[in-house]
Amino acid sequence: MDIVLQQLVNGLTLGSVYGLIAIGYTMVYGIIGMINFAHGDVYMVSAYITAIAIALLTFFGIESFPIIIIGTLFLTVAVTGAYGWVIERIAYRPLRNSSRLSVLISAIGMSLILQNYVQLSQGANQQGVPTLLTGAIRFSVGDGFVQITYMKLMILLISLLGMGILTYVIQKTKLGRMCRATQQDRKMASILGIDTDKVISTVFVIGAMMAALAGVLITLDYGAFDFYVGFIIGIKAFTAAVLGGIGSLPGAMLGGLILGLSEALFAGLISSDYKDVFSFSLLVLILIIRPSGLLGKPEVEKV
Amino acid sequence: MSNMVIRKTFISLAVAGAVTMAQAEVVIGVAGPHTGAYAAFGEQMWKGAEKAAADLNAAGGINGEMIKLVKADDACEPKQAVSIANRLVDSDGALAVVGHFCSSSSIPASRIYEEGGVLMVTPASTNPALTEQGLPNVFRICGRDDQQGDVAASYIVDELNAKRVAVLHDKDTYGKGLADAMKATLNAYGVKEVLYEGLTRGEKDFNAVVTKIRSVDADVVYFGGLHSEAGPLVRQLREQGSKALFISGDGIVSDEFVSVAGSPAYVEGVMMTFGAPPSSYPSGKKVISEFRASGYEPEGYTLYSYTAMQIVAEALSKNDLDPMAGAEWLQSNSINTVMGKKDFDEKGDLTVSDYVMYEWDDKGKYHQIN
Repeated sequence: MDIVLQQLVNGLTLGSVYGLIAIGYTMVYGIIGMINFAHGDVYMVSAYITAIAIALLTFFGIESFPIIIIGTLFLTVAVTGAYGWVIERIAYRPLRNSSRLSVLISAIGMSLILQNYVQLSQGANQQGVPTLLTGAIRFSVGDGFVQITYMKLMILLISLLGMGILTYVIQKTKLGRMCRATQQDRKMASILGIDTDKVISTVFVIGAMMAALAGVLITLDYGAFDFYVGFIIGIKAFTAAVLGGIGSLPGAMLGGLILGLSEALFAGLISSDYKDVFSFSLLVLILIIRPSGLLGKPEVEKV
Repeated sequence: MSNMVIRKTFISLAVAGAVTMAQAEVVIGVAGPHTGAYAAFGEQMWKGAEKAAADLNAAGGINGEMIKLVKADDACEPKQAVSIANRLVDSDGALAVVGHFCSSSSIPASRIYEEGGVLMVTPASTNPALTEQGLPNVFRICGRDDQQGDVAASYIVDELNAKRVAVLHDKDTYGKGLADAMKATLNAYGVKEVLYEGLTRGEKDFNAVVTKIRSVDADVVYFGGLHSEAGPLVRQLREQGSKALFISGDGIVSDEFVSVAGSPAYVEGVMMTFGAPPSSYPSGKKVISEFRASGYEPEGYTLYSYTAMQIVAEALSKNDLDPMAGAEWLQSNSINTVMGKKDFDEKGDLTVSDYVMYEWDDKGKYHQIN
């Protein structure tokens, strides 16, 4: 019993991180209908910025954990957001009116550029950050225990908070209304006076910021990363976005949680050798039953 | 038109000139993961080979010809290993190769070297299948995973008296091969593993597997794989409160193991099998002190690569720079290296394996267990 509960906790934290990264895929797809293959690498860049930020803050003699974490979050989210803006500006905007395929190729190219740029500038070695927060809450269950580390608890809380703020921004603010309008009909929105280029830029920045949030949290938790770390997690997050219905914000979060839980439960209760086979089979099954994902709306062809 | 003909002639002359120039030196490839997640090992190999080549050249080269090293990066990817092996054979004209690192790269590349008549000496690939292929040109100066697994298994049974052993691997040629070899010996001792699982290379979250290890209440966790997965694994094991002893093989012999795990506190007490410390060979003292004087600590595979270069040079110089004749010669002659006298059997394995147990301490360094 304690083992099943522990696997639920493992899956929930893993899933919330997948969800955070999936948001970047789903928002970009929703607004311009492209799959941003460089998104996983934006996450990877944010892992490096996290390490640099921690090093900088400790260099300036800051030792209290809350200040380091808040400072790192702030710095990383800001710098990664800037990366998101620049990437959209140089790789995607010039191709705004060409076919979807060219943008896709441009995204793959961007992903390669980011990987090689980081490899050249930071070295190809495995990098690590020191452990900042240790300790855990334990509950006795039967004769065993279920534990959640403070770090994992923080991951859950910050991701929920991040998703909450994002949902509020999209649903309630003027910026969100402009995003939704651009998503529904870009041409009509621009006729009505919305600067759609700016809205699209903003969406890229928001997506990159969410990836940065995940980047800080995961880097602090697992400690290890390299220039290739964005690939696997990017694929997983993309799967989560498709699972939940690409283009749908709550869908990305739900997809992330389902993916994380199914991986943890399958690995924990059956076999870790085939956990990816299981998650992808689940994806195929869901897409057979609901081709547009769990919460996705059936595609209406835009004219 | 005539202009073009002249230009073509000129180019072919220039090419012929370059080829003649190249024959004045002996090209030797250093193939390994110079980039990618395992680049730390590639660096160890390069440092060792570079120093050996410099020392040999200072002593007059191979039969008067200077050694020229070519860095070949396989990133521990089997496909890339094949393509760089072809490049070394065809366009670089290498006579010999020191490499590769990962067994999954060495095995496919070895066949290309055999076809091209190139001598191959790997400092690190321990999977038994490499020399079991029966290729005449392949040698290794490390042990084999079946020997390494034996040493680990007998330590677990005889010294630790462990009854509940969990066996994990990274689903790669090296990692799974090592884990399976260890498991086979363990079972021969009558100890049945309580868990046998594979994880995915490149992932960082192993909490699900760790919870499973906790649930089977393992005393010992044996992991076949490399440090980039071993680090997060041992950290998550400790975070979930497991006190199981963590034992691995020669795939974690790098300082990066500590930084990837997060802090020396997590790697303290981790054990591994690796060849006897190079400093135990009197013949290696000079090289080691020269390395240290240049500000580089010759850890892990550095001296193995140095030794591999010495063996390659000796085999080529005794056989008029004919790699395949050199390979045949190696099977029946012993060579004095910085890591002592080395003898090969007809498969290309060392006749004596020297695996011993090491332990990591609370400062993030490893020492042989006495």
